[in-house]
Amino acid sequence: MTAAAPATFDTAPRRRAALLRRSLGHSGLVLGGVTLAAIVAIALAAPLIAPHDPYNQDLAHRLIPPVWQAKGSWEHALGTDKLGRDYLSRLIFGARISLLIGTLTVLISGTIGTVIGICAGYFGGRVDAVLSYVVTTRLALPVVLVALASAALVGSSLEGVIVVLGLLLWDRFAVVTRSATMQVARSDYVAAAQAVGCSTLRILASEILPNILNALIVVATLEMAHAILLEAALSFLGLGVQPPLPSWGLMISEGKQYMFFSPWVIAIPAAALVLLVLAINLVGDGLRDVTAPENRG
Amino acid sequence: MALLEVDNLLVDFALGDGVLHAVRGVSFSLERGETLAIVGESGSGKSMTSLALMNLLPKRATRHADRLVFDGIDLASAPETRMRGLRGNRMAMIFQEPMTSLNPSYTIGNQLTEALRTHRAVSPAEARDRAVQLLDKVGIPAAARRLNQYPHQLSGGLRQRVMIAMALMCGPDLIIADEPTTALDVTIQAQILHLLADLKTEFGMAMILISHDLGVVARVADKVAVMYAGEVVESAASWQLFKAPRHPYTRGLLNCIPVPGRTAPGAPLGAIPGQAPTLIGAQRGCAFRDRCAFAAAECAGDIPFVAVAPGHHARCIRLNALEAAA
Amino acid sequence: MLSFTSQRLLVALSVALTVSIVAFMLLHLSGDLATAIAGPESTAAQVEQIRHQFGLDRPLSVQYLDWLWHALHFDFGNSFYFRDTVTSLIASRMPVTMTLGAISLALALVIAIPLGVLAAVYSGTIIDRLALGFCVLGQAVPAFCLGLGLIIVFAVQLRWLPVSGTASWKNYVMPSIALGWYAVPAVMRLSRNGMLEVLSSDYIRTARAKGLRPSVVILKHALRNAIIPVVALAAVQFGFMLGGSIVIEAVFNMQGLGYLAWEAIARNDFPVVQAVVLILATIYVALTFIADVANAFLDPRIRLA
Repeated sequence: MTAAAPATFDTAPRRRAALLRRSLGHSGLVLGGVTLAAIVAIALAAPLIAPHDPYNQDLAHRLIPPVWQAKGSWEHALGTDKLGRDYLSRLIFGARISLLIGTLTVLISGTIGTVIGICAGYFGGRVDAVLSYVVTTRLALPVVLVALASAALVGSSLEGVIVVLGLLLWDRFAVVTRSATMQVARSDYVAAAQAVGCSTLRILASEILPNILNALIVVATLEMAHAILLEAALSFLGLGVQPPLPSWGLMISEGKQYMFFSPWVIAIPAAALVLLVLAINLVGDGLRDVTAPENRG
Repeated sequence: MALLEVDNLLVDFALGDGVLHAVRGVSFSLERGETLAIVGESGSGKSMTSLALMNLLPKRATRHADRLVFDGIDLASAPETRMRGLRGNRMAMIFQEPMTSLNPSYTIGNQLTEALRTHRAVSPAEARDRAVQLLDKVGIPAAARRLNQYPHQLSGGLRQRVMIAMALMCGPDLIIADEPTTALDVTIQAQILHLLADLKTEFGMAMILISHDLGVVARVADKVAVMYAGEVVESAASWQLFKAPRHPYTRGLLNCIPVPGRTAPGAPLGAIPGQAPTLIGAQRGCAFRDRCAFAAAECAGDIPFVAVAPGHHARCIRLNALEAAA
Repeated sequence: MLSFTSQRLLVALSVALTVSIVAFMLLHLSGDLATAIAGPESTAAQVEQIRHQFGLDRPLSVQYLDWLWHALHFDFGNSFYFRDTVTSLIASRMPVTMTLGAISLALALVIAIPLGVLAAVYSGTIIDRLALGFCVLGQAVPAFCLGLGLIIVFAVQLRWLPVSGTASWKNYVMPSIALGWYAVPAVMRLSRNGMLEVLSSDYIRTARAKGLRPSVVILKHALRNAIIPVVALAAVQFGFMLGGSIVIEAVFNMQGLGYLAWEAIARNDFPVVQAVVLILATIYVALTFIADVANAFLDPRIRLA
């Protein structure tokens, strides 16, 4: 009599289904996710949906107000700026810049921070002491100031901002991945992998990394919002993205002198910023609630 | 008139998937100076009963009672301000975990005097004097010095004594002690129980002692109520219960306790097979029937609380079968 | 407690030293300072002359030690752009930034802590949700946007407050709201979570069982314990505010340290930039040290260990 092969229970599909259910039930996550997806879609389709060329100056039609004010028209639904460029088109292309900066910065800072955090959390001891000291030092630097100074020296530009922010904003990644790694490193399956003789790199990549991914993604969304806000501040101060690029922060600074009579010049890009950051934060908070409800609030 | 009368006390919790009936119709009465022990395993509802008396239940819990009267005051309908006036003043409570029941950021003296000055218009100096007096009475050496110490500077046994002193600050008529010795070493347990018994006699307080340990109960109690699954299954005078337990659960409990002299070394201790039922949703019939050796078909119906002797009641319809088998 | 304090102090000093090295290196390695000072239209010879004049041709370690030595004596050299020593420039601008930071922090705490306590006490109700919603919104609005918005509403349309400058106390109202805004969510969440945890502890149950009034239970017993990590966070947030005041000072035209740094960066005035970064970083390190010590001091279990 042969024994039946032991049944293997792959709970992964069930867990994924449960996760999906929880995600769809979380109103903040859904709201943020839909908004973010919409903004991404708009940014990707920018050349197709923008009514005008964002760089096209038309000095005969400067500072036309948006369509809901007396002198506005649908020709320029959100008005024009001081050089006659269509605001709606600039807004749409500005989404590209914000998203680009957010994504690339997070990729750079995320990589740096995760490597530091995983090493500190996994190897512990002296490695941890040294790396934690590095993080503490980084935390002591006034970020905005250093970012400004570095951006000015490297050369104020889109690429410059991305590099500077990417090299500065890795601290939270390091802190979170370090504590997540320390938790995971204590678990049985890691001990098993070590006992079997897996190389350290293999363990880090296939045992540790997948299990800290949840925490990592949450931090990534929050840091993306942080990077977008910082770029807006840098561009507002004139040391970030340079004209004529339609960065929302730059649009606000360019419109500052007109804000007393035409507040919409700064209100519109500001609203766009708030909407994007809000959506990203809702997604980040929602992901955190859904994957680890005990960390709520 | 009895000091405390409880008739048909119910405590429910609204959970996501139904209602948990933690306390299902508990009734008892307590005279002045009497000690009632409420005995039961975890989940039997004994702690909830005591919290219900003082209305200190957690947020999602609701309480009902046909009668809940303390010294003529209707507790069931008393507004919160009235209850606050009673708590710590006429009825006081001692909890199980002395290590965490005192605020770590304030001195012992501060917490003791606060208990008195909340209810009486006394000066700080008078309050401190009384605190020292009581600390002395509960057997804490160098009482005056202790007032300026913080809880973490005292051992568990000393902290529990402080809790007892704190409960006594206003000279309450009733003390509810919820498992006061469970978290302490065995040697300290005996000391604390002796202390409670002495204080009770000296101050003439009534006491409700909650425990899962029958050995603890035997020393101190006048009356015992055995709780199982939210109900009182047997209640009697202490000597009656230990001499002639009638309910199968009570008998099972007493069998579990090794008795020096009678239980042979190496002999198996009794155990009650099975687990207590979950009390979510409507309940009917005897909650113990799944674990009872004498269960019959009728046990699924209503079980009245019958008198088997003066002052001795049990909630069982198979009592005669039990007697025959014994 | 003493050994704890001295240990922390040692760490703080070494971090401050490391930060000074990092700040120095950052500036000197980001680009060629001599070229930046000389300007885009200078010749190679002029650049070399500038390099020699400012000692930029010496080895970096020598430059650093020289600078550090002078810095410890509060001599940061002369500003390239302003006709003044860096030290006196900083000294004249510091009060504005410190005042702004202090008011912003006070405002943030006064709003965030009660909000957090209320959210915890009424946890799960609409009050809690509103508070958390306010948090989420707060983190999405950039400080400078809020500043600009406040100007439009309160200075231009309502004319209650002045637009810019630092003439009177009224000038500090809007800037401190804009600067403190960013700290509110973090402090509120920490207060709320701390209170929630504390409110479910045994000693709160004891306090209730003694018949204490709810206000006494919450304020005397619960808050005293829940506030401990908030104090540490407040110190750290003050450090962030000092660093982030650049943007607000720019929006409201306030002649503070941040504004000075901004002008200096735009004009490649490196002695000033270096000095400001060092000072802000040192203040931040000092604040985290104070936060650590306060944390330990407020808990009698550590204080009297």
